[in-house]
Amino acid sequence: MLSVAKHVQGVRASGIRKFFDIVAEMTDVISLGVGEPDFATPWNMREACIWSLEKGHTNYTSNWGMLELRELICQHLERLYGVSYSPANQVLVTVGVSEALDLVFRAILDPGDEVVIFDPCYVSYGPCVSFSHGVPVHVPTTVEQGFVPTPEQFRAAITPRTKAVLVAFPSNPTGAVADRETLQKIVDIAREADIFVVSDEIYDRLVYRAPHVCVAALDGAYDRTILLGGFSKSYAMTGLRIGYAAGPADVIEAMMKIHQYVTLCAPITAQKAAIEALRDGEDSVREMRDEYNRRRRLIVKRFNDCGMPCMDPGGAFYAFPSVKDFGLSSEEFAERLLYEKRVVVVPGSAFGECGEGYVRASYATAIDRIEEAASRIADFVKSLPRAVAVG
Amino acid sequence: MKDLHEILRILEKDGRLTAAQVADMLGRPEEEIEAVIRKAEQDGIIRRYKAVVHWDKAGEERVFAFIDVKVTPTRGFGFDDVAERIYKFPEVTAVYLVSGDHDLRVMVQGSTMQEVANFVYDKLATIDRVQSTATHFVLRRYKEDREIFAEAEEDHRLAVTL
Repeated sequence: MLSVAKHVQGVRASGIRKFFDIVAEMTDVISLGVGEPDFATPWNMREACIWSLEKGHTNYTSNWGMLELRELICQHLERLYGVSYSPANQVLVTVGVSEALDLVFRAILDPGDEVVIFDPCYVSYGPCVSFSHGVPVHVPTTVEQGFVPTPEQFRAAITPRTKAVLVAFPSNPTGAVADRETLQKIVDIAREADIFVVSDEIYDRLVYRAPHVCVAALDGAYDRTILLGGFSKSYAMTGLRIGYAAGPADVIEAMMKIHQYVTLCAPITAQKAAIEALRDGEDSVREMRDEYNRRRRLIVKRFNDCGMPCMDPGGAFYAFPSVKDFGLSSEEFAERLLYEKRVVVVPGSAFGECGEGYVRASYATAIDRIEEAASRIADFVKSLPRAVAVG
Repeated sequence: MKDLHEILRILEKDGRLTAAQVADMLGRPEEEIEAVIRKAEQDGIIRRYKAVVHWDKAGEERVFAFIDVKVTPTRGFGFDDVAERIYKFPEVTAVYLVSGDHDLRVMVQGSTMQEVANFVYDKLATIDRVQSTATHFVLRRYKEDREIFAEAEEDHRLAVTL
């Protein structure tokens, strides 16, 4: 009997696919389930794509990505975070951060190696580790700790097989950001244990309270950190699929080796857009961030006011309110909210077991839609019996 | 001042937001925002609130024209007195002093081309010190006040992505 590989079989397909299919067939739905900006890509970046097509730039690029883009990425990281990388062999342009995640685990893991991952987290971390024959070790975090791991939790999860820790702040789905001290301690522990730090910083430009802390810039982090970043969220160009990895030359060269054989290069049209984004995208970033910030404050207040306690998220564009008071699982809550009020939120359980009891609501949606969704949610919540008496 | 500018930026996009909504968006108390808005209204910083109307879609015909005007300036007033005589006409929607070949750019609205033409011949061209006028009728409005009058770009996103 022919069968697919066991390590692939072992990864469960996302359980809420069914839920997505229901959504696709409904009308008058307000979706707070979208994990991408509602802004279209700023026009100057789209225009750069059009121009490059007119000029016939439809060829392969260097496997590493266009040199001009790599140089700009290096300048950008130096300017923002004071970390220096060589465009020659320390930066690889990838097809979104998704590809970079796949590459980094394939490059650093031997079969059975463990990667510590903090939950709730983005859905692809565990599977990417498994596909690379590694073992994801999920460490739960709670709202009381702000969905940020404690150094003790991290230390306790380390075994002789641990090869890397994955940190991802600002976080999808919680919107949590980790403070500098905590991240420094995580780096210190990683150094003691001599393991890699993989840092997914795709939401680095979308922070609202304090400047973003780049993990690679922390003391002792540079030589063991693979920094993953991209253009999708900051510049609203998700579908153009441009990300990058920056880190120690030997790791980036190993990633490049895989990328070269598997992908060859990221699409040139999208690389052109990324070049334009780094040359002339700061105003767009600022405008979009300011707008997200207003929506963030509004939606968090609306959740708290209607009886869904919600942590104040410091980054990304997600709120992660609790639904624990209603005696429903997060999936039941999301499904009934969809059927009864036509509002989409994503069950927290999609992001790991400790996401149960929460839903993820994206505020990458216009203010008037958020207000309408919030009032529908408030109506819905009012109709629910409370499992726990409040006040 | 920083607050004021932030509030103005928000209201410039949507003047119907309540002070309470703006307060929630900025994480500030409602009374504070209310006071800032009231003061801005009193100081003439916020002039008024209005709707951006797509008149073509509403089925009412309106004719717009830009009229470039050459004016002889006078000592003491420059162009100001002529500009004032022009902007007081209700059919004039905007008047600018501009650099280039002409001095004043006047925007006029009427219900027919004839009405606009009459205004130019009878009222505008006859003002003392107006040397010449050049009238440009608007054939189609694509974008005005950052509002694009063509069909909006659709939201192509999937309803759920993780």
